[in-house]
Amino acid sequence: MGTLIESPVHGHKRETIDQAVIRFAGDSGDGMQITGNQFTNTVALYGNDLATFPDYPAEIRAPAGTIPGVSGFQIHFASGQVYTPGDAVDALIAMNPAALIVNLSDLKRNGILILNADSFAENDLRKAHLQSNPLEDHSLDGYRVFPVGLEKLTRAALSELGLDAKSMDRCKNFFALGMCYWLYNRSMESTFRWLDQKFQHKPLLAEANKLAMRAGYSYCEATEAFQVSYEIPPAKLAPGTYRNLSGNQALAMGFVMASQKSGLTLFLGSYPITPASDILHELSMYKNFGVLTFQAEDEIAAVTSAIGASFAGALALTTTSGPGMALKAEAMGLAVAVELPLVICDIQRGGPSTGLPTKTEQADLLQAMFGRNSESPLPVLAPATPGDCFWMAFEASRIALKYMTPVIVLSDGYLANGAEPWRIPELRDIPEIPVHFATDPETFKPYARNPDTLARPWAIPGTPDLEHRVGGIEKQDVTGNVNYEPLNHEHMVHLRAAKVEAIAQEIPDLVPAGDPDGDLLIVAWGSTYGAITGALSTARGKGARIGHVHLRYLNPLPRNLGEILGRYRKVLIPEMNLGQLAMMLRAKYLVDVQSYSKVQGRPFKQAELEAKIEEVLAER
Amino acid sequence: MATTTLPVYTKKDFQTDQEVRWCPGCGDYAILNAVQAVFPELGIPREKFVVVSGIGCSSRFPYYMNTYGFHSIHGRAPAVATGIKIARPDLEVWVATGDGDSLAIGGNHTIHMLRRNVGIKVLMFNNKIYGLTKGQYSPTSEFGKKTKSTPYGSADKPFNPLALAIGAGTTFVARSVDVFQPHLKETLKKAAAHKGAAYIEILQNCNIFNDGAWQDVTEKDARSEHVVTLEHGKPLIFGKNRDKGIRMNGLQLEVVSLASGASEVDLLVHDEQNPNPAYAFILAQMHDTPGFPTPIGTLRAWETSQYEDVMAAQIRDVIAKRGPGDVAKLLHSGDTWQVR
Repeated sequence: MGTLIESPVHGHKRETIDQAVIRFAGDSGDGMQITGNQFTNTVALYGNDLATFPDYPAEIRAPAGTIPGVSGFQIHFASGQVYTPGDAVDALIAMNPAALIVNLSDLKRNGILILNADSFAENDLRKAHLQSNPLEDHSLDGYRVFPVGLEKLTRAALSELGLDAKSMDRCKNFFALGMCYWLYNRSMESTFRWLDQKFQHKPLLAEANKLAMRAGYSYCEATEAFQVSYEIPPAKLAPGTYRNLSGNQALAMGFVMASQKSGLTLFLGSYPITPASDILHELSMYKNFGVLTFQAEDEIAAVTSAIGASFAGALALTTTSGPGMALKAEAMGLAVAVELPLVICDIQRGGPSTGLPTKTEQADLLQAMFGRNSESPLPVLAPATPGDCFWMAFEASRIALKYMTPVIVLSDGYLANGAEPWRIPELRDIPEIPVHFATDPETFKPYARNPDTLARPWAIPGTPDLEHRVGGIEKQDVTGNVNYEPLNHEHMVHLRAAKVEAIAQEIPDLVPAGDPDGDLLIVAWGSTYGAITGALSTARGKGARIGHVHLRYLNPLPRNLGEILGRYRKVLIPEMNLGQLAMMLRAKYLVDVQSYSKVQGRPFKQAELEAKIEEVLAER
Repeated sequence: MATTTLPVYTKKDFQTDQEVRWCPGCGDYAILNAVQAVFPELGIPREKFVVVSGIGCSSRFPYYMNTYGFHSIHGRAPAVATGIKIARPDLEVWVATGDGDSLAIGGNHTIHMLRRNVGIKVLMFNNKIYGLTKGQYSPTSEFGKKTKSTPYGSADKPFNPLALAIGAGTTFVARSVDVFQPHLKETLKKAAAHKGAAYIEILQNCNIFNDGAWQDVTEKDARSEHVVTLEHGKPLIFGKNRDKGIRMNGLQLEVVSLASGASEVDLLVHDEQNPNPAYAFILAQMHDTPGFPTPIGTLRAWETSQYEDVMAAQIRDVIAKRGPGDVAKLLHSGDTWQVR
């Protein structure tokens, strides 16, 4: 519980608490993502640990005020460690009735509810399919409700600027943001700076948004609407320099880093697809790093252009989501056959088919593992957190270059858009990626093997006397000549598998979090990391011996996984799919794992995992 | 700076030790022969050549060329080649493809590579049939064509490949014929000299599944009556006795007889550099119009900026403006804070 102190100003009470979860919700056009991002930045700069969850609709602008058009942004910030964006919401800011009813069930009892009172007219209620006005019908009893006329108050604040009504109304989200800054006792400085930068050519708009934000802040101070404001002290994070980072930004930076550390030009072939497009946007800004971004005519051209660039000696990358993975499958098989380095990022979303384009899922694991014709093995990596996306991008590049193989990185919508404070690494702590191009015509054979990695040599066009041909037709080992002989094919099938398996030799051994043996082992991968980590600490507090291993390498698997599985009485695998990793581990280790599925387009809540853990422990 | 002299290449330098596995009598041999004869003469180091292909009989081409080669997957050669050319504009990238590979499964990549004007030369072997899969109709097969998959005749109307390429904004569009070796070699040289994308339709015989595919064009006796050779700045004249010409009448072409009244000065004078693609498009239509000869030669040769150059220039400009990228700065970009 928090401690109450008297605020030095105006006699407000200020309460110190250790964490809060707030959610901004409104129409897609209300600027909720911007509002959330600004709040996040401010909170991060203050030194809290945090996690965010942007949740926006697939439609760009569904009809205003309707339920399909509701866009939300949730942030969990704390003075301690934060593992998830939070299960339940302490404060909900709802810009209209639709946003209210979509989000109300997540608000804690007695939670703070800031409503835009100007949007509860009969017409607004009808668009949200409401029969009566929640501001009047007592359905909001039990919450601390603050109806605020955001439009009227914003217009009043901006009346001197000479803006039209529509432009003034567009600033109302900053009025609400100003209120939140007051409520959580935060400085508006970083948002001021951002507005100056964003509207450097439209200073009037910068001024209008600043005025609206100040007005929201002052409104709280003057009206004494809120009895208390809150203080959440900075978190004790590991020393260093921090920045806020989303998973997609982290991937983009990780690939630029790999390009720099390998000395290779980075080539991205991509076709826009949610939720992967931001990687393309990000990398297309990095021209001063020599990054080549090619927006291809389709997913197939995106991957095959990357394979071409790889043949020509670039660090080649393609980025997509599940439907794009399906289209790239044949070309990934080509990359396996020609043994060229390539990184394929799959930012998973709900499926099948178009599915839930803006919602998260982990259901492409088996597609990544097996979704190509014939025996077509390739390494699969999965970042665990937004910040880990940086490291996995780098690691995928390193493996691709060292083993001459395509590598899949499985991220998801939750990691891609979610953000967290990230400790910026020192450049000297990031290893070089050695790359050796073949140059010697005396010894060169296109499919000769490095005895340790089984990689074939990389001879790039422009190298005299190393002219050679690669292709998807089966090749003779060593010579690389077209070869259909039965035994050669069998040899090559085994060789390609052994090459991927060889990567296991440098995958670090897993060390379980929590207890090293005991009642229950939780095995998981990808974006479930935060919620599981949070749940683990709660569950262990109750006495059971529980461990957790999080697989960042899904193919090949860490060498000691089988041994670890044997140390616990039970194994639980929570996944946002119907048990795909569970199927893989059952098949490989013959262990009777329990699968825990959630496929709602939303991440696991910590409380759901805690309940499941209790249930599994209670079973005989 | 040391000057390097280019080795003197012969045809042999571009041959591989691989056994050529096309059917005896296939038109592909003639095309291979022409390419192997022309490459040594281009003044380009052998190691700079990359030959890329998709799937099909024609797509075995890279295995027989002693250059860097990439036999990719069905239809995707233009995309693979685009990646190569963007990553390495210094390379000389050629694509060997066929009517199925380029116009059916790979149609999308073909038109987009062409519209972007990536500096890639495409050799499209058109035999109007699927050979490698043993005789189904292709996107260039005639309407009503009876094949294994169309025993009652094809219901598809065919593509006119050059009209398609012109429609896609291709900057170099030409046609030649497998057995017209001198003409084919000249056409290849012209394509090589062109800086942007080049699309060359090579009429090619498949003596197994579509023998005589281009008989009208290739048969010695009929050839001169059925083919008009386009030459820049020269009037369009054809016929055994060079007694027929092509005249423009409004937006229509017409065949006129020089022997009976028409004058050479009224004939259409070929202008391959005509900036209006409609001109080349009209020429391309002759091929499908009864009573007209098939034009061979360069229909269009128009220089404009190449995709890979624009990309490279953007990078140069940004570096000139902002300095070369600094990863430490990138990692610290945006707001940062210290935890002690």
